[in-house]
Amino acid sequence: MARGAFHEKHKNQLWYLTLRQFLRHKMAVFGMILIAVIVFSVVFVDRVSPYDPETPDLSNMLSPPSLAHPLGTDELGRDMLTRTLYGGRVSLIVGVFAMLVAVTIGTLVGAVAGYFGGAVDNLLMRFTDFALAFPRIFVLILFAIVFMRPPFSDNPLIVLVFDSLYRMPVARVVFVIGILGWMDVARLVRGSFLEIKNLEYVESARVLGAGTPRIMIRHILPNALGPIIVAASLGVADAIISESGLSFLGLGIQPPTATWGNMLKNALDQIFAAPWTAIVPGFMIFLTVLSINYIGDGLRDAFDPRKIQ
Amino acid sequence: MKYTFIMRRLLSVVPVLLIITFATFFLMQLLPGGPLAAYENNPEISQKDIERLRHEMGLDRPIHVQYWAWLKNFAQGDWGYSFTTKRPVLAEIWDRLPNTLYLTGLSLIVALIIAIPAGIISATRQYSLFDHITTTLAYIGRSMPVFYSGLLLIIVFSIWLRWLPSGGMQTLGKEFSLIDSVRHLFLPVLSLSTLIAAKYVRFLRTSMLEVIHLDYIRTAAAKGLNERVIIYKHAFRNAAIPLVTVVAIDLPVLFAGALFTETIYSWPGMGRLFVDAATRFDYSVVMGIVAAIAFLVVVSNLLADVVYAILDPRITYS
Repeated sequence: MARGAFHEKHKNQLWYLTLRQFLRHKMAVFGMILIAVIVFSVVFVDRVSPYDPETPDLSNMLSPPSLAHPLGTDELGRDMLTRTLYGGRVSLIVGVFAMLVAVTIGTLVGAVAGYFGGAVDNLLMRFTDFALAFPRIFVLILFAIVFMRPPFSDNPLIVLVFDSLYRMPVARVVFVIGILGWMDVARLVRGSFLEIKNLEYVESARVLGAGTPRIMIRHILPNALGPIIVAASLGVADAIISESGLSFLGLGIQPPTATWGNMLKNALDQIFAAPWTAIVPGFMIFLTVLSINYIGDGLRDAFDPRKIQ
Repeated sequence: MKYTFIMRRLLSVVPVLLIITFATFFLMQLLPGGPLAAYENNPEISQKDIERLRHEMGLDRPIHVQYWAWLKNFAQGDWGYSFTTKRPVLAEIWDRLPNTLYLTGLSLIVALIIAIPAGIISATRQYSLFDHITTTLAYIGRSMPVFYSGLLLIIVFSIWLRWLPSGGMQTLGKEFSLIDSVRHLFLPVLSLSTLIAAKYVRFLRTSMLEVIHLDYIRTAAAKGLNERVIIYKHAFRNAAIPLVTVVAIDLPVLFAGALFTETIYSWPGMGRLFVDAATRFDYSVVMGIVAAIAFLVVVSNLLADVVYAILDPRITYS
């Protein structure tokens, strides 16, 4: 069998063992397949759907599910299925990029705190603790509102930042969610760095004359990557929920651009007239988050050295 | 010794509260509008008058001076006035806070009532049908945003079945009756409590599984003690201690959930007040709510530490 040769060649390599451990986790594989299906349909919706997600069709307002519109239409006659899939593009993009922002900041903060320790560590971690204890949604709302305005200051830097975030709603939401989502990663990375920096191989790298940045990036970071990857996968789910939450409150990405969150908000406004408009966008959020959570659990098992056989 | 521990924790909380209120204060300065925004487009009021008013109200002073002034007033119970309703902020919050505490407190109790037995049974009958169903449901609960489950509950119970009202705290124009309030409470509490119950079940199951494999449980079983006594008296007591911390750590989740629940079910609580105030740039109200919530979170974390230390004699106050 083909597996035999491949297995023989790689059986002792860490990435192969990790992959094998991951594939043993049935729900994680199930989540992977679901995510693949979702990404695929979201990417190719423009090739398949005959409808435009934003053009109103006033002769077809709020029609219940039918053959032409499998999920019915919304209050402007737009096809719900098409809008849901286009909305998925925005939600997934925001999820992935906000996670990248959060993981980058979190890794940086955590690495510096863990490696240097002492007063720096104390300061950074105090801040992290306190940022974790405060209900993030309130700060998220404040940030979303602050950056939703056109610039009003004379300072060119502020004008530049505000103006670009004001003009690009997706970037704005990514930014707001990203800069408020790094605390968990920072804690994890700090823990790994604290542990690894005292290992002998790091000591020997230092004796050999490696500089601090090199030790941090080349020697410690790769060994701290497992928990970061797990946190990153769960971070995508978190960011998707945050985005839909903000949009649900009307503070995220604004219509006519569809996102799962603002479609749900729309559905709430007309819940008695057209309850079916709520079901699918919400279900997509749920399905995506569920799949990502399963994948995250699978990754956690896969990167756990005690579980690799 | 206990008192010095509590005092020290209380004092360490002060800088946190200062930072959080200052950060919010600073953020609010970045917003356009403010107390004089209403005059800016009024042709009867000249730019000069606005400048004069700005100076009189102290809005042209440096930010730390303004913050200090706010803090001094705040400490004396003067939280400013809402720009939109012209009422004192403290009164605005005082109207809404009980509703939020009512909703969150009740949801917390319901969540614990669901989660504790479910977690215990799930752990003691690991891999049974009940365990599988419970863990699956907990997983679903963990992935379900509260604004979606809330909408689904409205669709099922208010629109299809027509059993329960879809929003508000009581039927308008009707006299207060207990049955009516309970009917209005049902859906909001259900959606908020399932959100947090899912987390508690997962946690308690793991924690129970750890404990029941410990030696002292085996000793108790070998002694011939009744299984019920072992599980509920010996095992659960120890497994439940860390749950106190989890409940405290998850308070932000509860408050965030409450904000959405209040939005969906038109529940007149602090979450909705916050969203409304923030979208209208009503600075003083936003500041007041942030300070109130920071205070609640900090105090409940502190309380959890103290309770934890009382429950677990191994913890020392050092």
